[in-house]
Amino acid sequence: MTLTVNDLRVHYRTLRGEVRALDGVGFDLADGEILGLAGESGCGKTTLGKSLIRLDGRMRHAGGTVTLDGDELPLSDDRAMNAYRFHKISLVPQYSMSALNPTRRIGRMIRELLASRGVSVDTGELHRRLALVGLDPDVLERYPIELSGGMKQRAVMVISTLLDPSVLIADEVTSALDVSNQQAVVGALRGLRDKGLVTSMIFVTHDLGLTSHIADSIMVMYAGKLAEKAPTKVLTTEPRHPYTKMLIGSLPQVGARYKDKPLSGIEGSPPSLLNPPAGCRFRDRCPLADSRCAEEPPVVEVAPRHSVACWKAA
Amino acid sequence: MRRYFARKLLIYALTFVAAVTVNWMIPRFMPGDPVAAMVARARVSQPEAAEAMRSYYNNLFGFDEPLWQQYLHFWGALLQGDFGISIFVFPTPVGDVLLDALPYTLGLMIPSVLLSWFVGNWIGALSARRKVLDNTVLPVGYLLTAMPYMWIAVILAWAFGANAGWFPISGGYSLDITPGWSTAFVLDALHHWVLPFLSLFLVALGGWAIGMRNMIIYELESDYSSYLAALGAPQRLIRRYAFRNAVLPQVTGLALQLGVLVAGALVTEIVFAYPGLGSLILASIQNQDFFLLQGAFLFIVIGVLIANFLIDIVYVVVDPRTRTGMAGGTS
Ligand SMILES: Nc1ncnc2c1ncn2[C@@H]1O[C@H](COP(=O)(O)OP(=O)(O)OP(=O)(O)O)[C@@H](O)[C@H]1O
Ligand code: SF4
Ligand SMILES: [Mg+2]
Repeated sequence: MTLTVNDLRVHYRTLRGEVRALDGVGFDLADGEILGLAGESGCGKTTLGKSLIRLDGRMRHAGGTVTLDGDELPLSDDRAMNAYRFHKISLVPQYSMSALNPTRRIGRMIRELLASRGVSVDTGELHRRLALVGLDPDVLERYPIELSGGMKQRAVMVISTLLDPSVLIADEVTSALDVSNQQAVVGALRGLRDKGLVTSMIFVTHDLGLTSHIADSIMVMYAGKLAEKAPTKVLTTEPRHPYTKMLIGSLPQVGARYKDKPLSGIEGSPPSLLNPPAGCRFRDRCPLADSRCAEEPPVVEVAPRHSVACWKAA
Repeated sequence: MRRYFARKLLIYALTFVAAVTVNWMIPRFMPGDPVAAMVARARVSQPEAAEAMRSYYNNLFGFDEPLWQQYLHFWGALLQGDFGISIFVFPTPVGDVLLDALPYTLGLMIPSVLLSWFVGNWIGALSARRKVLDNTVLPVGYLLTAMPYMWIAVILAWAFGANAGWFPISGGYSLDITPGWSTAFVLDALHHWVLPFLSLFLVALGGWAIGMRNMIIYELESDYSSYLAALGAPQRLIRRYAFRNAVLPQVTGLALQLGVLVAGALVTEIVFAYPGLGSLILASIQNQDFFLLQGAFLFIVIGVLIANFLIDIVYVVVDPRTRTGMAGGTS
């Protein structure tokens, strides 16, 4: 088992109170597994990814544990987490296009970053990895501004995985790309896993169609909580949670590319996470809701490796 | 790269021509008649003598020519380094008067501008990471920048000059010493230099410190900083990048502030009766000596243009983005 997340709660401190962006999420990530993480904007995908690597100043670890290869991660101890960052757990951020220092040549930035982590650069290996994502070694001599968006994205992918992390979090790496670039990036990510450069991966997206191309299993989140998690095949063909069903139902055919539509095709909007209502958070939009849904549905394993949080799923 | 500098040079040349032209026009179309003033000062009673004097001066300064000829002659003389003859210290050439004053102005401006820039950036960068320091730097910085040059000069003169008596508050050197390269003179000049320098330094310091502090905070919250932090890079590296990127707008700021800094220096010179260009400008206005006024303005224009050009070069050296822009995208 690479990664075990147990009842993780992470809140944002704001002037109006705490935003409960991650409100009790638990799941496992096996060795070699690519987990697709889907859900509409604001459901807490980025928050989950950030929680696993670095809480920013506004985030508070409000409860739960994360275990990586047997060690419990010291999430709220910024200093102690450093030992895990980059080496064990790494991130391709949602903002990859602007993740590189604009005034440093990329090669030099990589050298300085690695030196600061006490690692020296193996130039041959670096070139091989660039080739793996389709980049020429001469990008190392360029400034970020001289690269296209897709190239920057891939450069960041290479940098983030240089130390062969156990877990890579790829946050919306395909959102800003056109279709052909999306395929290339997804292919490159799978290549990294297949070659063992990255043990396991969390692939964050709001594009379910794309996720099913790359992920072994898919986890759907709703308003800071887990809605459903299952192997890709199962989740896309026999979803149990009404929310997942609506997501899948809005796809013309599973795996079809459907721009932006999939997760916005459902009427209504998720509840505020500042003071979320009790009970099932999907209640307002759920066609199956009844009086029992005023109570919060527990996450239940309805079949092996298939968990759902819905009273009507069992 | 070469095209970039060629274009810049062209812009500077055009600015120069425009500045010279405006400079030539202003005194000529200004109210008042300097020749009449000089004749009056000579107190000649006979009208014929006064008339002879008037035509002598008109001829000497070239006022009897048509305007366009005066303009061309002005350029011709200028290119030979001839700024005309001063009326205020007649008959010393304007060029000599200005060259005597120039070292005082430069000696005041260059150290105060550069030091306030360096020290201000340094304090700003420090305060961006130490809360305690930040709480003092911000209010003090705002106070200093908001202070008109004149005020701070007067306050310093009052506190350290008139009151404490540590420094002289007027002049560039004591009257009983002849200017030269003797130790006594240099020490004396330094002693006179402290207060005007300090007032220029302090006003500019606050602005640079606040600017740097804000820029660094902005850079530390930018995406590349977050990314480095997520990969566990030490604060040292992140701060180094942030500092480097925050300095760039400060370099631009220096170019933009030059005019204000020069104006501040001129005012400060006047407060301290410091024998630089500022005091000369005041004297030339009081005496309607427009050759001197023109010359002083031209010196300042040339100085600002040169300084701007130097800053341009520095900027190109420190910011790779301008360099790639020049090469037309990819290099
Ligand atoms: N700095 C913050 N302060 C307060 N609330 C925040 C902050 N960042 C995020 N949130 C809230 O936390 C919730 C989860 O945000 P998160 O960025 O994790 O969403 P996401 O699923 O990644 O969305 P997207 O698909 O748009 O990237 C949202 O409701 C958002 O409003
Ligand atoms: S628990 Fe009730 S409201 Fe929530 S998804 Fe299931 S049926 Fe709908
Ligand atoms: Mg996100």
